Amino acid sequence: MSDFAFTCPIPISDYPQVLLAHGSGGKLMHHLLDKMIAPTFANPISAAGHDGATLTLNGGRLAFTTDSFVVQPLFFPGGDIGTLAVNGTVNDLAMCGARPLYLSVGFILEEGLPMETLWRVVQSMRAAADAANVQIVTGDTKVVDRGKGDGIFINTAGIGVIEHTLNIAPQAVREGDAILINGDLGRHGMAVMAVREGLEFESAIESDCAPLAAPVLRLIAAGVAVHCLRDMTRGGMASSLVEIAKDSGLHLHIDETRLPIRDDVRAACEILGLDPLYVANEGRFVAFVPQSQAEQALAAIGEDAVQVGVVRADSKGKVTAQSSIGVSRIVDMLSGEQLPRIC
Amino acid sequence: MRYIDEYRDAAAVHKYAAQLAKITTRPWTLMEVCGGQTHAIIRFGIDELLPPQVTLLHGPGCPVCVTPLELIDKALEIAAQPNVIFTSFGDMLRVPGSHGDLLSCKASGADVRMVYSPLDSLKLAQANPEKQVVFFAVGFETTAPANAMAVYQAAKLGVPNFSILVSHVLVPPAVEAILSAEGNRVQAFLAAGHVCAVMGYTEYEPLAAKYRVPFVVTGFEPLDIMQGIYMTVKQLEEGRAEVENQYARAVTREGNTHAVNLIREVFEVVPRKWRGIGEIPASGLGLRAPYAAFDAEQRFGVASYTAQESSECISGLILQGAKKPSQCPAFGTRCTPEQPLGATMVSNEGACAAYYRYRLHSITETEAS
Repeated sequence: MSDFAFTCPIPISDYPQVLLAHGSGGKLMHHLLDKMIAPTFANPISAAGHDGATLTLNGGRLAFTTDSFVVQPLFFPGGDIGTLAVNGTVNDLAMCGARPLYLSVGFILEEGLPMETLWRVVQSMRAAADAANVQIVTGDTKVVDRGKGDGIFINTAGIGVIEHTLNIAPQAVREGDAILINGDLGRHGMAVMAVREGLEFESAIESDCAPLAAPVLRLIAAGVAVHCLRDMTRGGMASSLVEIAKDSGLHLHIDETRLPIRDDVRAACEILGLDPLYVANEGRFVAFVPQSQAEQALAAIGEDAVQVGVVRADSKGKVTAQSSIGVSRIVDMLSGEQLPRIC
Repeated sequence: MRYIDEYRDAAAVHKYAAQLAKITTRPWTLMEVCGGQTHAIIRFGIDELLPPQVTLLHGPGCPVCVTPLELIDKALEIAAQPNVIFTSFGDMLRVPGSHGDLLSCKASGADVRMVYSPLDSLKLAQANPEKQVVFFAVGFETTAPANAMAVYQAAKLGVPNFSILVSHVLVPPAVEAILSAEGNRVQAFLAAGHVCAVMGYTEYEPLAAKYRVPFVVTGFEPLDIMQGIYMTVKQLEEGRAEVENQYARAVTREGNTHAVNLIREVFEVVPRKWRGIGEIPASGLGLRAPYAAFDAEQRFGVASYTAQESSECISGLILQGAKKPSQCPAFGTRCTPEQPLGATMVSNEGACAAYYRYRLHSITETEAS
């Protein structure tokens, strides 16, 4: 016998079944990745713990990534599953500091899906690809029995080329770095929740879904020594920061009063008892740059960019936030999705 | 944003903190009853701005935390039955019963859905007449009016496939249980603003007189809470024991009489078991006889369930203000939000979860140094 052992690394007594929380971007998902997925496929490239893999081929560097999209509703104010599927992968490549070039698309369609729905999704993928300057060059389509899918599931994978010598990774973050974000937080999550749950607000909250390659490439072209980039999707800004704090071993400190959050998003979060720090975005990223280049970086990213914090070395691997009344608290990852509270 | 930003104004909060420090001459122990206030106190760090003589204890005001284990077991039993759509507010879904929680029940194939209002659940019942639709009616006086309305409407419209699993609890009897307990340390209460918005605050007047303790009806924003604490300490320092209203922008002495009348139409006061505390007489609501047909416990035959709590969990002592979460040996080690031993660690509003989420690292660092 070989030393092959069929032992599940996640104690069955804890989680005998996969829960939705295992895909929420919180602690349970990281538990699954750290205990089962990452060790099984362990190699030096995946060990970087970044949004995509950086590959060296014939002396050049490429970024390679994949993402799957299972959103309900398929259409929401500001986007749909098609725009998400293109921008999600484009943005993961951008977070590696790459220029996104080519995407693949895999559709898993449920029997009975109206052809017009598929047509709308395909059209918006085409428009999103044009806007992000990428081509969809290969793909696959499968259909499953009615009831075994949820309309449309989409997987995209993408490659991009890295045209600089910067090492953009959590491990490159340094004490004293400025923490910048490119715009207001929480719109995508609240837009989807409002439609999914039939919540009616005075005006529709539109998703922030957008391609992020252009601002990242401007940042690099401006000569900013970018240390790390991360798009703040599932689990929101808090989860992205906690991941980077853990991987860099540094203390990330943010000032809550500097977080740009639109009034309609804040109001919706207040009503539901949700913290906008944990609400998903689809067109927002955090950048770590030397404080001396912060102004230059903000100008390169765009007019909505703001500095929200600094990197410190006084304690290891944690995130803290200064509240509006001037007291600091810990920001941790949630175990699963945020659930609206009772009263 | 109006009604939010002005109540999170740092300068105003610090001004009240300075005033509070000036009038405080002796140690005082206050309790905020509501879990929402506990959460705000820890999240904004209000307790760190108080003079050292003022101690805040966190009370039994998180509806998720005080819902007894056997009721969660009943919910799981009902949810697992075929032909049932089990509906609940979001934060009850993750609370563990004796075996699993409602989210695991959903993963095993049960139709468990999160709703934002019991009236949504009623609509679901109307849309699915072939299914039994059950709503988990948890909460204090704050959620009782909407739950009463759902049952009232179900009766009026004749929706026979709708029912509620009732676990309603009331604040004043819990406050009296704390005040009359042996070794009580609480000298004054911040009364929960939203409970009083429904019920008014006349119920606290006899308690203030009988036990000689001040009550201040308090809101939920940092400035509200700081002002509520200031008004409470001022009463204590001046030797007064009155019911005062800090949250006058939302609360009147009589409360919302329409809501109260609806509660009285549908519900009656009954004894209730509180998780971690035990049974308190006349401390909850149950359906009145004319609405008994909408009682899920009767409909699904689960009324006689009982369950045993983890002996390691001290949530009862925490809910009564006798201990702080950081004084529990299991806190942050054997008991975490992912693997909670008791409900105070599960709910967002639970004191243990609030300490874990916002304070864990500083607690462990202090202990290590």
